[in-house]
Amino acid sequence: MTQLALVIDLNVCVGCQACVTSCKEWNTAGSAGPMVDQNPYGADPTGTFFNRVQTFEVGEFPNTETVHFPKSCLHCEDPPCVPVCPTGASYKRKEDGIVLVDYDKCIGCKYCSWACPYGARELDEQQQVMKKCTLCVDRIYDTSMTEDDRKPSCVKACPTSARLFGDIHDPQSAVSIAIRESGGYPLMPEWGTHPANHYLPRRKTRIKIHEDELERADNPLKVDRQLPRPAMNEPTLDDVTTW
Amino acid sequence: MHPAFSVILLTTLIGAAQGLFLALFTAQSYAAFKLLPQPDAHAFYGQGSLLALVLLVAGLGASFFHLGHPERAWRSAAMWRTSWLSREVIVLPAFMGVVFLYGLAHWLNWHPVLTTLPGELPVDPTAILGVAGTLFAFALFICTAMIYACLKFLSEWHSPLTVINYILLGGASGFTLAAAFASVTAPELVSFLAGWAAIITLLGWIGRSASLYRNARLKPKSSLQTAIGIKHPRIVQKTQGFMGGSFNTREFFHGQPVAVLRAVKWFFVLAVFPLPLLLLLSGMQGRTGLLVAAFAVQYAGLLAERWFFFAQANHPQNLYYQSIA
Repeated sequence: MTQLALVIDLNVCVGCQACVTSCKEWNTAGSAGPMVDQNPYGADPTGTFFNRVQTFEVGEFPNTETVHFPKSCLHCEDPPCVPVCPTGASYKRKEDGIVLVDYDKCIGCKYCSWACPYGARELDEQQQVMKKCTLCVDRIYDTSMTEDDRKPSCVKACPTSARLFGDIHDPQSAVSIAIRESGGYPLMPEWGTHPANHYLPRRKTRIKIHEDELERADNPLKVDRQLPRPAMNEPTLDDVTTW
Repeated sequence: MHPAFSVILLTTLIGAAQGLFLALFTAQSYAAFKLLPQPDAHAFYGQGSLLALVLLVAGLGASFFHLGHPERAWRSAAMWRTSWLSREVIVLPAFMGVVFLYGLAHWLNWHPVLTTLPGELPVDPTAILGVAGTLFAFALFICTAMIYACLKFLSEWHSPLTVINYILLGGASGFTLAAAFASVTAPELVSFLAGWAAIITLLGWIGRSASLYRNARLKPKSSLQTAIGIKHPRIVQKTQGFMGGSFNTREFFHGQPVAVLRAVKWFFVLAVFPLPLLLLLSGMQGRTGLLVAAFAVQYAGLLAERWFFFAQANHPQNLYYQSIA
């Protein structure tokens, strides 16, 4: 079973909003569109977005970190928004695990948005149907694009490669390796929704050099201890001291 | 949550209609067992069913204003296997149909004896329709309440008390309405119906107080820490990603100061329970004015109760929308 998902690296996201604008640009023109804005140049603009980048401050001044947090539909493996839909307009695709809305069936009752703890769904004010991230389903299977372009628009746009895309059920995929090796975690695990999208935490980059790494302890030419061990300030190259 | 007036009207109107139907059939059952005098069937049951039907149609009409695409509403019967909303969409018209047939049978005085129960009790079509209607009325209460109670993220709603209170509050307003209606059409039933209305109102008072008590002590399961997955005691949102509003900031916030919330709570606690109780008890002898006032006060209180029911529910998605910059 395939489960496509995004893995978002909070360690490298700089909050530039490029994923927000590229998402809106692609999807307003794609099969999910239009994503119309109301009052775009007025005092109180509003509109439909599939993806937002929020900013949080963690810690107390002066020891604070600014965390930019991209937020979109997490394509839960057990999506609570799907069973509550009275028309069957919300569904999860068996073949790749993407949660989608059929805009021709949606009656705009907003019940699915109540059932999503993440607030991932938005009612489009103009079309009056529920909209959400499609993982660019109209892009990732488009064979007229080059292989490299068949990725969600936000992934392509990210300048710091903070967004990875792939199948989290394939243990060898880049996203699975990232989750496994960089401590990837889901949001609000307490609700048992099993979000497919994962986030990679902030990491401090440190290099710890142990003493035995400065002096080669396991030098096979030295193991017989026939010659005296060289002092620390003497050259330690194997060919100089024990040849 | 943002209280939508369409849903407030839907749930209160159909709740009163279900209660009214239950009151009509309760009276008919008591009368069948000769525990109550037989009222004028045409006027009391027939017109009473019509009144219930009017409330049901009004509630159904109000619900359409909640939909973005009302013309596609027929599709919402599709997912009855998983969705309580879909089940409500099926049970509501079914209940309306049974209420219509029940009222029609009484209206036309159609009482052929189909069979007799032990003790020479005749069973006519209205008895069978009445039993069916009772089952549908309770099924509809459960469907309506479960729409809210099944959402585990909204812990204020995710409780058996939600279902109990929908049944009790709908029942109370329906029986109160039945008492007021009987004071015009069947005066001999008024004290019986007003008595039951008072008992159900009292039970509703207990049930709703229990849920207010429970909700005041809820500890949210989600926090900003679990919402963004950062384990630090001090996290402050600096921006939610946009400066104008969005669906997320409109649909999930009631937008009223705490004082309004508190005032609405006290209004409904007074208007749904003690005031109608006083009016019911003083109008028990068949004083129409007092009984109509009891229903009007209780219904106004229920509108406030339902508003508060929505406003009090705090959605976990609100954690992501705390700051604009």
